[in-house]
Amino acid sequence: MFGLLDSWSARIYALLLLVLAAAPFIFDWIDQPFYLDLLSRGLILAIAVVSLNLILGFGGMVSLGHAAYIGIGAYAVGIPSYYDYYNGWLHLALALAVSAVFALVTGAVSLRTKGVYFIMITMAFGQMMYFTFLSLEEYGADDGLVIYSRSEFPDFISMDSSTGLYYWIFGLLLASLLFVHRLVHARFGRVIVGSRFNEQRMQALGFDTYRYRLACYVISAMMCGVAGMLLGNFTSFISPDMIGWARSGELIFMVIIGGVASFMGPLVGTLVFVILEEALSAITVYWHLIFGIMLVALVLFGKGGIHGWLCLLDRQRSEHD
Amino acid sequence: MDWNLLITQLMNGLQLGLLLFLLASGLTLIFGIMDFINLSHGSFYMIGAYFCGSIVAYTGSFVLGILIGLVGVFIVGALVEWFIARKLYREDHLDHVLVTFGLILIFDTLVHILWGSSGMAIPLPDVLNGQVTLGSLVLPTYRLLIIAAGLLVAAILYILVTKTRLGMLIRAGASNRTMVEALGVNINRLFLFVFALGAAMAGLAGMLIAPITEASIGMGNDIIIIAFVVVIIGGIGSVKGAFYAAMLLGLIDTLSRSYLDLLLGLTMPSEYAETAAPALSAMLVYILMAAVLAFRPQGLFPPAGMK
Repeated sequence: MFGLLDSWSARIYALLLLVLAAAPFIFDWIDQPFYLDLLSRGLILAIAVVSLNLILGFGGMVSLGHAAYIGIGAYAVGIPSYYDYYNGWLHLALALAVSAVFALVTGAVSLRTKGVYFIMITMAFGQMMYFTFLSLEEYGADDGLVIYSRSEFPDFISMDSSTGLYYWIFGLLLASLLFVHRLVHARFGRVIVGSRFNEQRMQALGFDTYRYRLACYVISAMMCGVAGMLLGNFTSFISPDMIGWARSGELIFMVIIGGVASFMGPLVGTLVFVILEEALSAITVYWHLIFGIMLVALVLFGKGGIHGWLCLLDRQRSEHD
Repeated sequence: MDWNLLITQLMNGLQLGLLLFLLASGLTLIFGIMDFINLSHGSFYMIGAYFCGSIVAYTGSFVLGILIGLVGVFIVGALVEWFIARKLYREDHLDHVLVTFGLILIFDTLVHILWGSSGMAIPLPDVLNGQVTLGSLVLPTYRLLIIAAGLLVAAILYILVTKTRLGMLIRAGASNRTMVEALGVNINRLFLFVFALGAAMAGLAGMLIAPITEASIGMGNDIIIIAFVVVIIGGIGSVKGAFYAAMLLGLIDTLSRSYLDLLLGLTMPSEYAETAAPALSAMLVYILMAAVLAFRPQGLFPPAGMK
């Protein structure tokens, strides 16, 4: 998408972004405001999934506690609002800062380990966050916290209307897609990707891979914190349920549907997940069963996700030409 | 100081520790030997509880419920190994996470379909429902039984792993799988057995706790995380490590919930202590894990000869 529109996958992605940019007008025109809500939620989660894909896809760090940062971002809106501080820049700064600190501390410990250990440790730290919010009686504990008013951005785009909020979300999603693309193609990203394939070689080249990975982990967490801040504003009700490890599992699922270590895959995967969830849960209460079977089948048979299939299409087309 | 309360809390901690051990010993063996990360291990815990509950409801016998339930979970575990886990041992850990996460969704929904969404209470026989009086202490019989059963299983497992030929093969499989295969041992059958045994032990934990908490959907999904922490602290692949770590975490988790506010009250005003204590006790287990990892990334009791 960032180069020329010379392949089918790039054209499809460009079209998708165009449709997303015009979505509020389209849904307004066909008079279906509900779909804008669905799409807003999807794009918020997409930011989180883009951030997860940065460490999981490009960096090979399988974090099973990423939803914790969604929680931190959401509570960065909820707790100040509880004390009547509605300034959005404050919320945003808080979401970024707390995510960064938590990621720096837990990442410093987790990244000392590899493989199975890393997966379990990130999951355990995520659960730590979950139980911490669960024990905060002052902020509703498991009953959750209602946010009565959205973050205020004086002299800037207001979040109060659903269209305003949507463009906040869309703008930040675009920014995170571009940012990850830049980052991965920069020297920093090369080191991250390189140490996924062969860490020893990167070290032999003189890179302190631990520091690079930690920096990458913190950046990803901060992006996810922003997604949480948006989600808090969008749902206006937050609870520890947003953070449990099953949520982190779903985020990984979305990465896989879209295609690991691709730039647009996370967006596509998240949209497919959210739409399927909506459609299937309308049909049957047992929709989790279908998701579970899909997930097992995707891993056993359908490597590469949607992005992988689109690339396959590209290859077939180019053989025709 | 209320000594009766302290002893009751110690018993609760011991009970939680043994339940954690039943879950974690299977997990740690599956990790250590097959290098397989099984998020759905908690599903066996849940399935065990539902199997037991149904059989108790049908036959009226708690003992039969446990025995037939154990066989049932063993078979479910074997099926999961045979059809799914076996195909993934040589794949990436990410694939393990995804597939077993999918299995959780499948098992949770299947339980929902078969048994409905409300929980299932399991009645205890009158013999177990009573209390035992020791001097001024009154202890519930069933809790004593859980502790006794947990210790018994731990002892059996210890003998199985350290004293028998099968245990020798398990340990050998953990340290050098290719060599064991070369010596003519059917490693697939060994893996199948270990996986199913782990499932049965998790199922037993579920059966033991269900009469107290009742069986419910997703009941394994919270406790399994602490079981993971146990595995990490104890050292992956080490049954002995899992035992000590489970006891430690069980006691710390239980005691901190009831006594941390008193302890914090010594150093800060009590109203702050009352707010801080629940949050801190919720985090304590994970802080301990972080501390262990910072100083001994391989866990407290890494199995000898691994890696």
